[in-house]
Order: sequence, then structure tokens, then C-alpha cells
Amino acid sequence: MINAYLRFVGRFSLGLVQTVGRCCLMFWQTLWGKPHAQLIPLMIRQIFQLGILSLPIILTSGLFIGMVLAFQGYNILVDYSAEESLGSMVALSLLRELAPVVAALLFAGRAGSALTAEIGLMQSTEQLASMEMMAVSPLKRVIAPRFLAGIIALPMLTVFFNVIGIWGGYLIGVSWMGIDGGTYWSVMQSSIDYLPDVGNGLIKSLVFAILITWIALYNGYYVVPNALGISKSTTQTVVVSSLLVLAMDFVLTVFMFGM
Amino acid sequence: MKELNHLVIKNLCFSRNQRLLFDHLNFEFERGKITAILGPSGIGKTTLLKLIGGQLPVDSGEIIFNGHAINHCSAKTLYEARKKMGMLFQSGALFNELSVFENVAFPLREHCQLDEELLSTLVLMKLEAVGLRGAKDLQPNELSGGMARRVALARAIALDPEMILYDEPFTGQDPISMNVLLNLINQLNKTLGLTSIIVSHDVNEVLSIADNVYVLADKKIIAHGPAYSLLQQTDNSLLQQFLHGQSDGPVPFHFPVEDFQKELQKERR
Repeated sequence: MINAYLRFVGRFSLGLVQTVGRCCLMFWQTLWGKPHAQLIPLMIRQIFQLGILSLPIILTSGLFIGMVLAFQGYNILVDYSAEESLGSMVALSLLRELAPVVAALLFAGRAGSALTAEIGLMQSTEQLASMEMMAVSPLKRVIAPRFLAGIIALPMLTVFFNVIGIWGGYLIGVSWMGIDGGTYWSVMQSSIDYLPDVGNGLIKSLVFAILITWIALYNGYYVVPNALGISKSTTQTVVVSSLLVLAMDFVLTVFMFGM
Repeated sequence: MKELNHLVIKNLCFSRNQRLLFDHLNFEFERGKITAILGPSGIGKTTLLKLIGGQLPVDSGEIIFNGHAINHCSAKTLYEARKKMGMLFQSGALFNELSVFENVAFPLREHCQLDEELLSTLVLMKLEAVGLRGAKDLQPNELSGGMARRVALARAIALDPEMILYDEPFTGQDPISMNVLLNLINQLNKTLGLTSIIVSHDVNEVLSIADNVYVLADKKIIAHGPAYSLLQQTDNSLLQQFLHGQSDGPVPFHFPVEDFQKELQKERR
């Protein structure tokens, strides 16, 4: 019994070390050295694929989350006659936590899964191997543009999430509940600082972008090349990156706002 | 003066998942000739091509291409060597998001600074050679299996390589496509003076065009030589079983298992 347990722990630890090592090596080989000559056009194409095509889901979610936040906030604040602070509450909640985290979770589901499936399919149909045989590095030609596009796209999506969420809060607070519009904006303006609130939120989304995009690309690149393997890798991307986003959010929040 | 042997493999050992696939194998691939590697499924023929292309590291031994060992060289040297090799993958491995024209243009765009007009001429010449100039605007998902392989062949010769590796080129082809591919491989070899290495288990087709043949079985080379000489080696039962497709012989029909009668008796108890 103890032997079996020790064997399991040993095997799990070795597997983990191997995965982390392979992940770091892939990261190094992708980003170190001369970049691909067509990196910028390839990256712009991927920003469209990962960013622009994710906009509908991000904007819709942002709008509803801003509206729900304003609705719940108003009901609580009105009991203390503090409904004028609604703008501040909505904006701070979105900028510091909700926008980076929810946008990241949506990005993992929409773009991360698509990345893993795409790269996994390229791997299983030998497209990446054929690229290698044509003396073209798939890490530089395929992986690097997608990685860089991912870390540009998610912070941009987070900004859009913030903007639409705050506007959703305005719709509920001002147009429906009757708070004064000038008060909504001025309280928000006075309570928000650029670096601690806006800046930290964007740093969070940048960290999440690196995590999600890299997990997605790694899972696609090292896929077991069959239908079951692709399905497993795609699921793994969404589950692992979502959990890591939530865990990393806690760590970052402690460092940014807790000390 | 160029060496007679384009590619030489010395004492190649390779194992995967603790299973030995190749045990001290030696090959010599003559310049400008078609060499076939035959063997049953699962013997590691595709793996051998991956080892030649440097996609997998060997356990021990040497792979010497154009007089240079390519299994111990830098990534840059390996990439330079790969520009002189083309490979036709079993699945074709065409890029889904690119048209037929762009697939063939891909290696040229990556490695040569050509103006659009010259590039277009070159691509159309390659497509003409495989008879698919009319399909240049199609997407890979609009092609039949045979057409996809011909496009992949056009792409493999885009950089005018010295050597082409064919991975199971005839698998899953109808008789017409198979014949078209067979003729193409033969023609390309003769007109461009390519060294061709064909990995296959389609015995009759391969023997009809190959100059030299290696037959692999049980981690070793069980026979090699000119195609006609293999058919005469009647004392080699394993070779004859493979060449004539006999279902039972040195390679047994049954997967190793205990006696059926004994197993039934056990179940009754």
C-alpha cells in the first residue's frame, strides 16, 4: 500500500518535472533567436483570429456583468443612502477583478481551446512535421506569432470588457434607477487611480494571457496525434488554464492590494 | 567529384518506449537511384524516414548525407541539409488554410526572395509536372486523396531537392491514382536525377520501379539487393512470406497466446 502510494507520488512528480522542463524548453526555442521574417503579418492575422473574433462574446458578457453588478450594488447601497457611489463600485470591481478574470476565463474557453485544437490537428496531420522537413521551424512560424498575438489580444479584450461593463452599469444605475449621470461619472473619476486600479488590472490580464496562450499552445504541440488525444488536450487547456487563472488571480491580488 | 552514395547509414540503433526498433542497421542509398525499404506494418519504416530527416534523434550510429553526419550537427546545418531533401508524407500534410498554389509556393516564399511573377511561373511548372495546374485555386479539402498526394509531391520538389523521401506513397490509392503516382515517381527520378527513398509495403508496385531494395523485419535487414535478386532468394522463408503475402509462416497468423483448447478447458472449470 505504502509502496504503491510512493510509486504514484514518484511517477507524478517525475511527470510534472518533465512537463515543466519541456514547457520551458519549448518557450525558449520559440522566443530565442532570430524571429521569422513574416512575424508581424502572421501576428496581425492571429490577433484577428484570437482577439477580434472573441469580441462578441467579451462584449456581451461585459455588458451583462456590468448591468448585474450595478443592479445588485444599487440594491445594497440604497439601504445606506450611498447609491451615488455606484459608479465607483462598478468601476473598481470591474477594473481590479472581474474584467481581467472573466475576460481571461472566456478567452481560455473561446481562443485557448481553438488554439489547442488547431495546433493539435496540424500536429496529427503531419503539417508541422512537413514544415520542419521544408527547413521551416514550426516554433517560429506557427507557435511564436500565436503566442505574441495572445498576449496582445487578451489585455485589449480586457479594456473592452471594462468599457462595456461600466457602460452597462451606467444603463442600470442612471437610465433605470435614476441616479444622476454626472454623479455616476464624477464619483468614479475621483475614486480610481491609474496605476493601482487600471494598471494592476492590465498587469493581471497580461499574466493571464501568457498563462492561457502558452498552455494552449503547449497542449496542442504535444498532443497525442489522434481524435481522442486532441479532445483531451483541448479539455485540459480549458480546465488547467481556468484553474491557474483563478489561483494566479489570488496571488496577484495579495501582492497588488494586500500588502 | 560527388560520392557514389548520397546517403549512408551506419550502425543505426533506435528504440522507442523501451522497444528496440532498429538493431545496428546499415544502409547505402546510391545517388540518382530509387531505393525501396519494404517491411511489414509497425516495423518502423516511417520512423526510419524521420531519423533520416533528423526529426528524431538516433540512439547510436551515424546518418551521413552528402558526406556530412547530420545526426550530430547543429540545427542550422540540419536545416540546410533539409533544403536538399524533400519528403512526401503519407497523409500529404498539405496546409489546410492555404490553396493548392500557396501550398506549393510555401517553401519558395520561405527560402527564396523571388518576385511574384517568377514565383508563379515556378509553382505552375511544378504543378504542371504532377498534372494539377488546373487545380491551383482549389483548397486541400476539395482534393481527392491521390490529388492531395500529387500536390504534396509538387511541394516536395519545389526547392529542387537532391533527394526525396516517400512515406507509403501508394497506401489507400485506387489503381489509377497508384499508377499515376508510380509513373510520377519514376519520371521525376529520371528527369531530375533525384535520389529516391520509398518506404512501402506495396511489394509489386515498388519492385517494378526500384533499383535497390532493403527488406526489414524483426529489427534487422533480412534481405537487400536489386529487385530481381530478391525474388530468387527462395531459401529465405521470411522474405518469401512477405513478398508473396502468405498469411502464415515465420511471421505467425496468431498473436502469441496460450493453446486455445487449454484456455477453453480453464473456462469450463
